[in-house]
Amino acid sequence: MTEGVRSGLTRYTRLLVGATLILVAAGGMVTSTGSGLAVPDWPTTYGYSMFSFPLGKMVGGIFYEHGHRLIATTVGMLTIGLVIWLWRAEPRRWVRRLGIAALAVVILQGLLGGLTVLLFLPDAISISHAGLAQIFFCMTVALALVTSPTWRVPPRALVEDRALERRLLILVGLVYAQILIGATMRHTGAGLAIPDFPLAFGRLIPPAWTDQVAIHFAHRVGALVVTVAVLLIAAYIWRAHPDRPELVRPSWLLVVLVAMQVALGGLVILTGRQPVINTLHVATGAAVLGTSVVLTLRAFRHRFTKRPHHAPGLQFEVRRSKLQVSS
Amino acid sequence: MMSCHRSFVVASLLLVSACSSPAPPPPPSGGGKQVDQATAGAVTGRVTFDGQVPAAETIRMNTDQKCVQGAGPNPQSDAVLVAADGSLKNVFVYVKDGLDSAYSFAVPTEAAVLDQKGCIYTPRVLGVRAGQALEIVNSDPTVHNVHAVPMSNQEFNKGQPFQGMRERQVFTVPEVMVRFMCNVHGWMAAHVGVVAHPFFAVTDASGKFELKGLPPGTYTLEAWHEKFGRQTERVTIGEKQTQTVAFTFKTPGL
Repeated sequence: MTEGVRSGLTRYTRLLVGATLILVAAGGMVTSTGSGLAVPDWPTTYGYSMFSFPLGKMVGGIFYEHGHRLIATTVGMLTIGLVIWLWRAEPRRWVRRLGIAALAVVILQGLLGGLTVLLFLPDAISISHAGLAQIFFCMTVALALVTSPTWRVPPRALVEDRALERRLLILVGLVYAQILIGATMRHTGAGLAIPDFPLAFGRLIPPAWTDQVAIHFAHRVGALVVTVAVLLIAAYIWRAHPDRPELVRPSWLLVVLVAMQVALGGLVILTGRQPVINTLHVATGAAVLGTSVVLTLRAFRHRFTKRPHHAPGLQFEVRRSKLQVSS
Repeated sequence: MMSCHRSFVVASLLLVSACSSPAPPPPPSGGGKQVDQATAGAVTGRVTFDGQVPAAETIRMNTDQKCVQGAGPNPQSDAVLVAADGSLKNVFVYVKDGLDSAYSFAVPTEAAVLDQKGCIYTPRVLGVRAGQALEIVNSDPTVHNVHAVPMSNQEFNKGQPFQGMRERQVFTVPEVMVRFMCNVHGWMAAHVGVVAHPFFAVTDASGKFELKGLPPGTYTLEAWHEKFGRQTERVTIGEKQTQTVAFTFKTPGL
């Protein structure tokens, strides 16, 4: 693979990450505006095929739902393009396979999206649709990272810190669980079950419990847990690896994103679920997860050197026995 | 192999026919007993609202210029319509209990009509018989989706992208009320009461209703309003007697 092809591939995967984040936000707008059933048929839109639906008819909730479908189709096609590109130019088999897995996930995601429309938005399918969206987003983030020049040729020796690896894996799990609880809250209509913020009915613990109050409160507790976990990990990175910008920079970003996310969560309640605020909350949640994945993969980077492959054009310097580069 | 093919074709035809045509109206339920019109009575009445009338919600139609052309940019919601004298419009009143199950009532062959005009469901509240066709019309030059959200009947969501389109649906199970919405235009709402008998009415602008042709007996009447909830009243009707019943809704929470 020539350098030009490599940098082109990196730019292309970053474009896919951006398009996927926009898609997640568009999905957030569909839910926030209650437009999930504004287009009753699928895969057609009022009988039209995807791209032949007249723009003049994209009114009201159709704007959000059909717009979401158009962006989703674009992301699907970009993913197909990525798989072809990887297959032709990427020497690492596991990266090619990751691309195919991403394509499989985006196809499944499309089917879930159609199914939830045809079945009138059952909670289980809608929540699965929201959860799988985040997995696909993480896959695109991972692809963008592992095809980047700094992954292929790390500028400095790699870090090997098992404690950090463990903590980051836990963080990714916590963030994803928190996103799933958030999706459950959104799709079961529990977003305003506790109407005040930061207290709950004027207290620290809600005085009365229903299913919706419990889901909502679980999301608040989850936010607290994730915030503490992010702060602890960031502090650890700043203390243990202050000379590792590839870890320090995303850890700062993570702290900023989590602060934004908590503020947005409060604003969602204080504005009575204003759709744009709600959607920013969904998109920032995806950004927190994506950043956690980047940090985690960078912490695990040294493990990708265990079985060096023999791809042409990839030659790396082994800087010390413990810290290697490759893949 | 041949028989397998034949079975497949038959199954496909059954599936297609099941999906493409609405189910025929069910035969009238009950034991076949007919109301004796010579002894039948009636209930008339009026529904009022007592208290501070909630301010009408302003609808923002600017997400669809075709709606703005039809109804103006900011019409008022018709969810609560209270006259100066307290008369409450759009209350669904029906016999909830007490009717002898031996009575049978033929299902009307003509369809009830729910129109979408000026990006508003018209009427906002109506009643149909279980098994009676409900024809939903799009009179607007814009796209609507007709989304019924029943609890006991089958949910449906049908697109009507063109003016003049019509869709027939049949609710087979009595249910008061079935909510209708349009996800394209989030302000659109209608409520359909599905009843097993013909004794229902929707109050007019003067809050009045009339249930005619009731056999003598003691009944529970229920009045339903989408914002103010439900009320019930007991009434006894003698032969050829007309009774008057009044319902008064108050501000929620009082």
